[in-house]
Amino acid sequence: MTTASTTSGPTAPETTTAAATAAATGPGAQTAPATAPVPAASPVSIAGALNRALHDALADDPEVVVFGEDVGELGGVFRITDGLRHEFGEYRVWDSPLAESGIVGTAIGMAMYGMRPVVEMQFDAFAYPAFEQITSHLAKMRNRTKGRLPLPVTIRIPYAGGIGGVEHHSDSSEAYYAHTPGLTVVSPSNPADAYSMLREAIASDDPVIFLEPKSRYWVKEEVALPVRTAPMNRAVVRREGSDVTLLAYGPTVKTALEAATLAEAEGLSIEVVDLRSLSPFDDETVSASVRKTSRAAVIHEAAQFGGYGAEVAARVTERNFFHLAAPVLRVAGFDIPYPSPKLERHFLPTAERVLAALDTWEW
Amino acid sequence: MRERDDERMRDDDVTTRAAAAAPAGTAPAIPDRAAGAPDIGTDAALIGSATSPEPAPPGGPQPHPFAVPGASPIRLIDHTGAATGDPEHGGFALPPVETLLELYRRMVVARRFDVQVTKLTRQGRLATYPSALGQEACEIGAVSALAAEDWLFPTYRDSIALLARGVSPEEILSFFRGDWHVAYDPREHRIAPQTTPLATQSLHAVGLAAAVHIKQDPVVALTFLGDGSTSEGDAHEAFNFASVWQVPVVFVIQNNGYAISVPFAKQAHVRTLAERGVGYGMPAYFVDGNDIAAVYAVVSAALERARSGGGPTMIEGLTYRIESHTNSDDPSRYRDAHEVDEWRHLDPVDRLRAHLRGRGALDDDAEARIAEEAETLAAAVRDAMNAEPELDPLELFEHVYATPRAALEEQRSMLAAELAQVADAAASPNDQEGAGR
Repeated sequence: MTTASTTSGPTAPETTTAAATAAATGPGAQTAPATAPVPAASPVSIAGALNRALHDALADDPEVVVFGEDVGELGGVFRITDGLRHEFGEYRVWDSPLAESGIVGTAIGMAMYGMRPVVEMQFDAFAYPAFEQITSHLAKMRNRTKGRLPLPVTIRIPYAGGIGGVEHHSDSSEAYYAHTPGLTVVSPSNPADAYSMLREAIASDDPVIFLEPKSRYWVKEEVALPVRTAPMNRAVVRREGSDVTLLAYGPTVKTALEAATLAEAEGLSIEVVDLRSLSPFDDETVSASVRKTSRAAVIHEAAQFGGYGAEVAARVTERNFFHLAAPVLRVAGFDIPYPSPKLERHFLPTAERVLAALDTWEW
Repeated sequence: MRERDDERMRDDDVTTRAAAAAPAGTAPAIPDRAAGAPDIGTDAALIGSATSPEPAPPGGPQPHPFAVPGASPIRLIDHTGAATGDPEHGGFALPPVETLLELYRRMVVARRFDVQVTKLTRQGRLATYPSALGQEACEIGAVSALAAEDWLFPTYRDSIALLARGVSPEEILSFFRGDWHVAYDPREHRIAPQTTPLATQSLHAVGLAAAVHIKQDPVVALTFLGDGSTSEGDAHEAFNFASVWQVPVVFVIQNNGYAISVPFAKQAHVRTLAERGVGYGMPAYFVDGNDIAAVYAVVSAALERARSGGGPTMIEGLTYRIESHTNSDDPSRYRDAHEVDEWRHLDPVDRLRAHLRGRGALDDDAEARIAEEAETLAAAVRDAMNAEPELDPLELFEHVYATPRAALEEQRSMLAAELAQVADAAASPNDQEGAGR
């Protein structure tokens, strides 16, 4: 298997081993046995970490199979499955016909027979043909059969924008899935989580929608793989602060951390919570942060109306109303279809837009 | 998967030889194929024709994946009960008389079940019931050919197929009476949940077949489809995935003439749905779906080929839905009673009965025994459906996730408190304040 770890690349300032360490100290974090050899840290991208997670899952569990469009010889359009087909063979990793409902529908049948399929939807908007299979069958099968037919299927979806993609290549589709009971929906924001959460998703007996922030695929951090971070159903505080809580996930965690750095110069102390899991929602970690800071804003790329941020704002308000000094804000994409590449920078929430939003509060 | 290339090469060889073997001078079954496309053969080079270059497997003749089945169905027993010998298609033998007797018994019992459940539904004991009256040959013939380890992927109309596979009436009808969605254990019975969204289950069948193919288990997946559901995109994807992957799955399309009210002519512009098999490079058969001998023989051959690595098969059984779509349907708005009467003359149960009586294989005593068994079952169905099921509202939260969720625990507690309040109010009816809410 080849990863991008040997090539040099920009290392984002907020992405350090400390971040991974902080994540590992979250509630219920697993610690490696004392006798295990300590792997050396090296620069790893989210893409490389996902590739390694798929590799290790295939190596550890014969029931794991990986299939989808172009995931075989090509290694996927984002190269997340690079090398897997050659190492594990066509019975473990293969190219399917080009039909997303077929991919998810057949994964369901494989899971009925005891397998753990990991399938790739090539892009967010191309996953829509599979929507019926996901919402009517994948999400409901365990419940409708009284738990007798669990479906341990992982659906990997590269999502969100910021890569100059043409139409239908930049949707943030998380709300559709998070709204569906029966699904677990997670999104990592850094390489350590990418590895750890994908391993956990594949091992889960629940179906998992695994949303990969494609604009962050190639940013590297120093990580020693394999790594286990906080459980995937928990949020993690990425940066401590005392005045405001920024709630972010996937691609907007970087935005929130940038905003926190900028605000520091102005004397505003921002705490950044990486939600990681959209369904379930970690009320405990989020409420603890909000009660500390008394102000909160949620950031996402998806359109604001009916978006995931509406659920976050409602939950935070319902549970912490008397601890809040101001209404919970949403900093989100405009209520328009995702724009063309030359206009997307005006659409995407930036650190400056986040800080401007915070300025609308009465302080 | 690994054998794909090999399979394709073999098929290409067969195509060439079949094309050479096709008799000249017959009209092409499909007009104007594109230049360079494989020769698809003709009506005269039918599946199972004597000119097939492949040796017939033990279970029946080998259909050619690029041959178009003709518009006349495979039929082993005609509507008068006479054995046809199937001179047109050849190769399919009438099942042994013991098998036919067992199939007859299963059809009679299944019909009694179906009629009983329809009546109970009209009495309001069930929320809905899609009847399979008239389709017993397809339902019972297909599932009776399955081996114990095979998997069935049924639709909402296939309750009697579940009955024939040994699921209890109470567990089958849980869904239709408004109790829990799926009461039986799918893995114990190797029957996937009866599916309501059309054609979606056919992809599950292909996926399970892919899993058994990878594990090299001797298991076949059989899925039922209706004529209407073949218009769904998932049906196309299932046929294509199955054929590309060459996995052991059998598609049994019950063409019962109507998708609720829409007749077949508004569903598809083909003579038969089985003709579509050629478009997937998949062997296909067009069968008299009211002749259980033909259904059983053809499905058996398809299962055997699938089990021995021969890949998928498409089978269309031409049949008729005698009852309405469900109890909430009114068929008088879209079809003539005369049409229904015509199909009653082609009844699958009467046909096999006439055949067995004609051969002296079914006497009055045997019929009485079967009738008694059917009545016993009907009584059990009545008893089960007239009893109120015990439902636990708190179970609503129990099976949604394998991993417990705090939010669901909160909601469960809320419902538990509501239930406790109602119970308290019922225990002390004079406490108006408690009962009023």
